[in-house]
Amino acid sequence: MAERLPRTAPIERDPQVRAKDFEEVSLGYDKERALAEASRCLNCKNPRCVQACPVNIQIPSFIALVKSGDFEGAAAKIAEDSSLGSVCGRVCPQETQCEGSCILGVKGEPVSIGNLERFVCDEAKKTPKSVAVPEHNGHKVAVIGSGPSGLACAADLAKWGYEVKIFEALHAYGGVLQYGIPEFRLPKETVLKSEIDNLRALGVEFEANVIVGRTISIDALIDDEGYEAVFVGTGAGLPMFMRIPGENLNGVFSANEYLTRCNLMKAYKADYDTPYFHASKVIVVGGGNVAMDAARTALRLGADVTVVYRRTETELPARREEVHHAMQEGVKFAFLTNPVEVLGAEGKVTGVKCIRMELGEPDASGRRSPIAIPGSEFDIPADAVIMSLGTSPNPLVGKTAGLELGRKGTICADENGATSRAGIFAGGDAVSGAATVILAMGAGRKAAKAIDEYIKSK
Amino acid sequence: MYEILEKEQLTPDICRMKVKAPRLAKVALPGQFLIVRATENGERIPLTIADYDSEEGTVVIATQSIGTSTNKINALEVGESFIDVAGPLGKPSEFCNIDIPKDAYYCFIAGGLGAAPIYPQAKYLHEKGIHCDVILGARSSVNLVYKKELEQVCDKVYVCTDDGSEGFHGLVTAQLEKAVKEDGKKYTQAVAIGPMIMMKFATLTASSLNIPVIVSLNTLMVDGTGMCGACRITVDGVTRFACVEGPEFDGTKVDFAEALSRGRIYSDLEKASLEEYHKCKIGRGK
Ligand SMILES: Cc1cc2nc3c(=O)[nH]c(=O)nc-3n(C[C@H](O)[C@H](O)[C@H](O)COP(=O)(O)OP(=O)(O)OC[C@H]3O[C@@H](n4cnc5c(N)ncnc54)[C@H](O)[C@@H]3O)c2cc1C
Ligand SMILES: Cc1cc2nc3c(=O)[nH]c(=O)nc-3n(C[C@H](O)[C@H](O)[C@H](O)COP(=O)(O)OP(=O)(O)OC[C@H]3O[C@@H](n4cnc5c(N)ncnc54)[C@H](O)[C@@H]3O)c2cc1C
Ligand code: SF4
Ligand code: SF4
Ligand code: FES
Repeated sequence: MAERLPRTAPIERDPQVRAKDFEEVSLGYDKERALAEASRCLNCKNPRCVQACPVNIQIPSFIALVKSGDFEGAAAKIAEDSSLGSVCGRVCPQETQCEGSCILGVKGEPVSIGNLERFVCDEAKKTPKSVAVPEHNGHKVAVIGSGPSGLACAADLAKWGYEVKIFEALHAYGGVLQYGIPEFRLPKETVLKSEIDNLRALGVEFEANVIVGRTISIDALIDDEGYEAVFVGTGAGLPMFMRIPGENLNGVFSANEYLTRCNLMKAYKADYDTPYFHASKVIVVGGGNVAMDAARTALRLGADVTVVYRRTETELPARREEVHHAMQEGVKFAFLTNPVEVLGAEGKVTGVKCIRMELGEPDASGRRSPIAIPGSEFDIPADAVIMSLGTSPNPLVGKTAGLELGRKGTICADENGATSRAGIFAGGDAVSGAATVILAMGAGRKAAKAIDEYIKSK
Repeated sequence: MYEILEKEQLTPDICRMKVKAPRLAKVALPGQFLIVRATENGERIPLTIADYDSEEGTVVIATQSIGTSTNKINALEVGESFIDVAGPLGKPSEFCNIDIPKDAYYCFIAGGLGAAPIYPQAKYLHEKGIHCDVILGARSSVNLVYKKELEQVCDKVYVCTDDGSEGFHGLVTAQLEKAVKEDGKKYTQAVAIGPMIMMKFATLTASSLNIPVIVSLNTLMVDGTGMCGACRITVDGVTRFACVEGPEFDGTKVDFAEALSRGRIYSDLEKASLEEYHKCKIGRGK
């Protein structure tokens, strides 16, 4: 067997420098690196990586095209299964998906599929192709929410000739890609905007400031505005709090608020009016991608940051790369630690009372559940606390449209996105609860197919 | 776009604007608010829907210049547009969802610009034949707004000013007591809208007179759709999001101390930002 080549590292900016700005941390591959990494792929007959990608991107095929220098062909291959390659290459938890199953990973390091995907799709963006607006088939579909599920659903339907309009509650498009994931991980102008421009080029229309369920109901969209089917991709945007004393003190934020002020409202830029809270010592509670994003944003705004997580480093649910980057940049971690009270004086946060934890027996999810060690309380001083405990779907649309809802406010839908009402489809975080970009995208595309079948069978 | 069709200076620092927003105008109800952004780099600012005309497709807002964003809003002129107007947000006033008893008698207590959100509520009740009075308070005669408009839609407007320059010389709370005790008014419901501190004391007074009281909480907000939690306040011991579960709540259950404190989160930053804004304006010779 040929000697194994080491995995090609992407170009990353110096942690000292990047920890002070909002520019992208990883610059990904250049041509040489992409070719070097592509040459590592064994082009397996039964590729395990493909099975492990939620949308089954034809990984060996696109990598083979990279090897031959046909980047455009590679991009087209990816586009057969994903409409958000530049995004997913950057933000997918590859270590638990495609790369986690790569055969090379058994003995050594897996192929860096994410970086290749990102390179190929970014490269393709550099030579914009003129897309012909498909001929209209005379049918109208409304998409609610402009997150990855809505964008993906709209893209497919538009390609098939549907007249599609995306209704978005906020003033900017992209869902979590816009308001949640920070600029230093997902550049808004270069990556996100081009995805949205692509949709516009396909003829998809966008309308901002429409809170479906308040500004207009789904029934009115159908009855008064003539939409024959509706896709609901409203995400899981409601932040959870811990319900511990002191949580409403000044200086306690949900990660959503903290990140929205910075990403959507650009509070970190001097020429924007939205204020952000100037803190010198920040505690971030949680261990997911959201917690890493909040921690690294606070760090960039000049704070000393500690992530408090009740399990250990191995259980951190965040993408491994983000944890690694956060540590490199100087974010501190307190594992097996859980807040029990936010401490304050004169209405302001002064610290957090925490308790030490230990891992007990595995719970239903197979994870070992943390148990508090009695009497182990201790205080950590802080002037801001960011709660990153997860989010749940906003039940507004489901309730106002009379859709069947699950226990946590999720919309009940089958695997093709069909809800309890004919003609209304749903997918992404609104159905699954908080998950990932690629799953949301996949759900949007499945629903597009089901919508096409539904309208054609009418 | 959300074009400004009319603009009127009500007091030195309050402007009323009629804005084109057809979707919103069609479904708005009393008690609801909207969120505007004046410019591309602007903040999302919640403002009450002070009137709406579904046929014309317009809404009315009245804005008091207090910080950078409200100053920017009031600097817009007829023919210019807001880049964003979103809504209606929040729950409509409780009376929109119930059969109001014929013998109901509402007492609205307005502090300053609180008169603007009260106007659509009084108008709604008036059109349904329900009795209501308004106690209209302001610092001074020049700060009084909506007096004429309110007189058209309620039984009686009691004016009070802090300096005695018009109407009763004293606070709205004293006027409420007088109306009940001296004029024998039998109010079945009070609704207080204005500065947080005024709503706190209005609640205390109304409760001491055994009148149930509703207040409208103008908390800080970012999205206004339940996504950020910036607007959270404690009502009856439970954390609530004012933007989706309010903005109107039973005044007696609101933790006013917390609400007052939370309103000050950004005050230092905002003061600095406003000074910067004024400096820029002077610099430009405006
Ligand atoms: C901070 C953060 C970091 C993350 N990092 C990662 C990561 O690294 N990798 C990864 O794979 N996943 C990550 N995720 C998760 C991922 O972003 C989501 O799973 C994904 O965005 C879900 O897509 P969606 O289309 O279902 O909904 P969303 O992206 O949530 O979009 C929903 C959209 O619908 C709009 N909307 C809601 N209600 C209404 C209404 N009534 N009317 C009109 N519009 C409405 C919302 O404003 C929003 O724009 C992260 C999430 C967060 C919050
Ligand atoms: C549901 C709701 C309805 C509202 N309706 C109206 C309305 O009809 N007309 C109107 O003029 N204003 C209304 N407000 C208040 C308005 O949103 C604020 O005045 C505005 O956000 C201030 O922005 P700014 O940048 O000009 O001032 P900032 O610079 O943000 O603030 C200046 C000062 O005002 C205080 N402040 C900030 N926000 C508020 C607030 N929400 N309430 C009270 N004080 C605040 C700050 O602490 C600071 O001291 C409403 C608020 C809410 C939540
Ligand atoms: S979409 Fe995500 S999981 Fe699929 S191949 Fe790309 S990076 Fe891997
Ligand atoms: S499993 Fe790994 S080596 Fe095999 S095709 Fe997939 S990426 Fe290439
Ligand atoms: S304003 Fe964001 S949740 Fe209420």
